[in-house]
Amino acid sequence: MLDQPLIKILLLVAIVVVTLMLNRSGAGARHQAVRRLMLVAFVLLAAMAVLFPALLTQVARFLGVGRGADLLLYGLTVFFLGFVASSYRRMRQMEQQVTTLARELALRAAIHDSRGHTRHEDGPTGPQT
Amino acid sequence: MTLSPPVEDAWLVIPLFNEATVIEEVVRAARRTFAHVVCVDDASTDRSAGRAAAAGAVVVSHPFNLGQGAALQTGMAYVLAATDAAYLVTFDADGQHRVEDAAEMVARARDEDLAIVFGSRFLDDRTRPGLLKKIVLKGAVWLTNQQTGLRLTDAHNGLRVLRRDAASALDLRQNRMAHATEIVLQLGRTRLPWAEHPVHIVYTDYSRAKGQSLINSVNILVDTFLK
Repeated sequence: MLDQPLIKILLLVAIVVVTLMLNRSGAGARHQAVRRLMLVAFVLLAAMAVLFPALLTQVARFLGVGRGADLLLYGLTVFFLGFVASSYRRMRQMEQQVTTLARELALRAAIHDSRGHTRHEDGPTGPQT
Repeated sequence: MTLSPPVEDAWLVIPLFNEATVIEEVVRAARRTFAHVVCVDDASTDRSAGRAAAAGAVVVSHPFNLGQGAALQTGMAYVLAATDAAYLVTFDADGQHRVEDAAEMVARARDEDLAIVFGSRFLDDRTRPGLLKKIVLKGAVWLTNQQTGLRLTDAHNGLRVLRRDAASALDLRQNRMAHATEIVLQLGRTRLPWAEHPVHIVYTDYSRAKGQSLINSVNILVDTFLK
């Protein structure tokens, strides 16, 4: 498990890239699965960094980074950027859904009113304080 | 102009957000020319909706604030769903557009069989925005033209006439201010016949205070690229 650290890093980077690409093609079961795999990989990597700090430093040296802690920071930065990108997309999607829903409500109420029905004196019915 | 009968087959669509001090007068003035006005109240916190209704507008109320682009889309959806209007006119609530211009634009769309008439404040030199504002507006025009392939002289003018087929082709997803570019983009894709019409923007102290602050153009820029 402790051999071939370079390939593991490369694989991890590949997963990040793939996830970023998947983010573009919208959410789905595949997207979610890859996100979970990434999370597992992240946990494993973190555990390894705690248990074998020397290993992390070795990898960092190999990649031309001074200390293992620095490498960790870089990795975290990339991870965070991916997270920001994916949550921005998800927020936009949710905003669209909420807008569609609110518009439908507004239109229904307006068309209802224009057909001669009236709403309650103080706005739409429902629990109000 | 006052003797001509009111326009029956064109609906004015006015996105409305906290304009209680002016909206009643704006709607009243508009209704001397246009029989039908729909105001989309974007969850105003003042009495805008009531004032607009008092002046004879149909009011469609968003349950919470969604932004001007969303309000425009809602207004257009209302006109398409609840009326058989041939044209709709997007119009600002703050009184900076002139009703005469809107009427001329509808007449022109009818006469020349145009699906889209954009208002432009830069086709003649009646409108005088400040220098900085002019630079920002011209920059927006350039950017919009690059993105859309249309050759407009004024991209962010809220006064537009859309024929029913043009309006039904629109699906605005930019809820906030970047919708101005989005409208041009989507209308350009329809390949329907369009023209620009010179309009005069009345920069009152009120509209100046309410209007786009220049710093907000940063937001528009970012929204335009980050879709």
